[in-house]
Amino acid sequence: MAFFRKDLLDIESLSSEEVENILDTAAGMKEISFRPIKKVPTLRGKTVILLFHEPSTRTKMSFDVAAKRLSADTHSIAKASSSFTKGETLVDTARNLEAMRPDAIVIRHSSSGAPYLLAGRLSASIINAGDGTHAHPTQALLDMFTVREKKGKLAGLSIAIIGDITHSRVARSDICGFTKMGATVTVCGPGTMIPPGVEALGAKRVRRVEEAVQGADVVMMLRIQKERQKGSLIPSEREYARVYGLNPERAALAAPDVLIMHPGPINRGVEISPEVADGPYSIILDQVTNGVAVRMALLYLLVGGRGE
Amino acid sequence: MMLVIAGGWALDPAQGLDGPADVVAEDGIITRVGKDAARDIEPGPGVQVVNAEGMRVLPGLVDMHVHLREPGQEYKETIATGTRAAAVGGFTAVCCMANTIPVNDNAAVTKFILDRAAAEGAVRVYPAAAATRGQKGAELADFGDLAAAGARAVSDDGHPVSDAGMMRRVLEYAADFGLAVLSHPEDLPLANGGSMNEGALSTRMGLPGIPAAAEAAMVARDILLAQLTGLPLHLCHVSCFQSVEMIRLAKERGVPVTAETAPHYFSLTEDAVAGYNTNAKMNPPLRAEKDREAVCQGLADGTIDAIASDHAPHSILEKDLEFDQAAFGIVGLETSLSLSLALVRRGVLTLKQLVLAMSTNPARILGLDPPALAPGAPADVTVVDPDAQWVVDPEAFFSKGRNTPFAGMTLQGRAACTVVGGRVVHGG
Repeated sequence: MAFFRKDLLDIESLSSEEVENILDTAAGMKEISFRPIKKVPTLRGKTVILLFHEPSTRTKMSFDVAAKRLSADTHSIAKASSSFTKGETLVDTARNLEAMRPDAIVIRHSSSGAPYLLAGRLSASIINAGDGTHAHPTQALLDMFTVREKKGKLAGLSIAIIGDITHSRVARSDICGFTKMGATVTVCGPGTMIPPGVEALGAKRVRRVEEAVQGADVVMMLRIQKERQKGSLIPSEREYARVYGLNPERAALAAPDVLIMHPGPINRGVEISPEVADGPYSIILDQVTNGVAVRMALLYLLVGGRGE
Repeated sequence: MMLVIAGGWALDPAQGLDGPADVVAEDGIITRVGKDAARDIEPGPGVQVVNAEGMRVLPGLVDMHVHLREPGQEYKETIATGTRAAAVGGFTAVCCMANTIPVNDNAAVTKFILDRAAAEGAVRVYPAAAATRGQKGAELADFGDLAAAGARAVSDDGHPVSDAGMMRRVLEYAADFGLAVLSHPEDLPLANGGSMNEGALSTRMGLPGIPAAAEAAMVARDILLAQLTGLPLHLCHVSCFQSVEMIRLAKERGVPVTAETAPHYFSLTEDAVAGYNTNAKMNPPLRAEKDREAVCQGLADGTIDAIASDHAPHSILEKDLEFDQAAFGIVGLETSLSLSLALVRRGVLTLKQLVLAMSTNPARILGLDPPALAPGAPADVTVVDPDAQWVVDPEAFFSKGRNTPFAGMTLQGRAACTVVGGRVVHGG
């Protein structure tokens, strides 16, 4: 199936067929990372810019590795070392980058919607690597890929997402993606961290973690996003860990073959206890491995066919 | 100098006027109004004729809430460009808000604005001065000085007066000088730095929301203060159904509150923000459909007294940005009348009600003599072509601001001619 998009900005605008196509392509890409020579010439001569306006370890490295395994040239710009700190606007920065004729710009930004500002103005493919509290589509795709790989399907699964939903772009994209593929999503977190109208995203909301976890096929724990919160949303991390954290007793309420996920970075002992994070059902590191495959697939689909 | 507006249909509810009538003005004052009143006037030098056939001739429109940005932000707008936009939009007078740089909280700034308006203004300019020094909400501004210098109203617009005790003192002291008090109703902790209406859409877009309750909570407080003091209080830019309901109830109880809304609140909903359109970002934000309907209903039943544009010009420096970084506000002077006429065509308002909401009531709230199509009144007249179709092209605006969510829309009805003090300032 052909993939005709210029940009990947969110999950919302993808059809379920397009999601399938990306996941199938990623399955083919994954094997490359297990070869002795982890490189194919697919994107030789293509230029990928990593424009990271927010700190990131995992996502930035994952895109970098993905692009290099496809033989693309990558260049990375971080906020601290760039003109952002000299007062240049995002639009001006982007125009300058465009003048260097990149094929794709991978952008992470603290403002929701920032990738849309670029997508409408630049001819390069724009890939959203996380914008504010809006979307993190490549994370959702790698989450879906990982679950599909382990369970053989997505439709009919019961997914629990627990934590700070309000400030989580991962939660938004995962709710959108998993429900699009036929799974049901239940969210739970402190009342101060559940956004208004969360049901309109397609999620069911419950008040008690035990209820959310009960019988779940997948439990995804989220970090408390201190950097995005304004004011006090919880009284203490201690109480949060006690009331909302995933400990072995709570994990035992889930389906016997439950998958425990976390988009990282983990705060051990807060949202997830070390026993669970390192336990047999944890697929947190599989998520990281698969992230490379999914991003290879996206770069290939978005950039691979261009200019040929 | 004689001005003849001939052949139009004149409408002025305060005069009981609603029919074919010529309007004749001499030396800036209306001298004759009536059917064929201009029949025996010979054309010639010293007689200017405006052909108003097929037009509606209305008392001059008053926009009681605009930001002219001068002094301090002349790159966004000046008194010259803002009043020219007003004239093109059909307004003969505007009330400009105090959030200039420096803030209009002293007589020198008020006098500067009035001097610039006298020198370069296309329409009448009535300054609103700050309610508190520096609009910081802590100390009263010098209302005595400001009133003497020509301020008509006080307002910290752009910011609420958060301290209820301070707002009470503003009401009590402003009344000594006959200054209208215009409130920007917003509970800041509840608004919490949000950038669009709070609801399912803000959640989906990942943008921090401003709940309608942030406005309504302050509207409730202001109503209680007006009731407590028995003094008039005007609520700016009402946008949500809760505010409309409370104002309606307050008026039934005889509380001396008045209210305005802006055309975007009865023309658009939060859906206009989709795609992170910063030209649909303003404060208060565009709300849900039920709010839009309540604002229409509030205008129809007189709960909302006035339509004001909240004209807020910004340059691309403030708007061509990430949504949360972009400034609040849109321009409105050149689209306000057309959008309001759409309410008349849809049967929400009668044209009479539109005249009340856009001329008579805002003038009264500001303590001005309402513009009138009557002998002896200043010749402030707006001639409206109700059929003119036009496409909103921001590049063609007379305002320096291009920040409008209505770009590309086809609107019907606009000012064909604007007359201020017998002088044709637009069309004719």
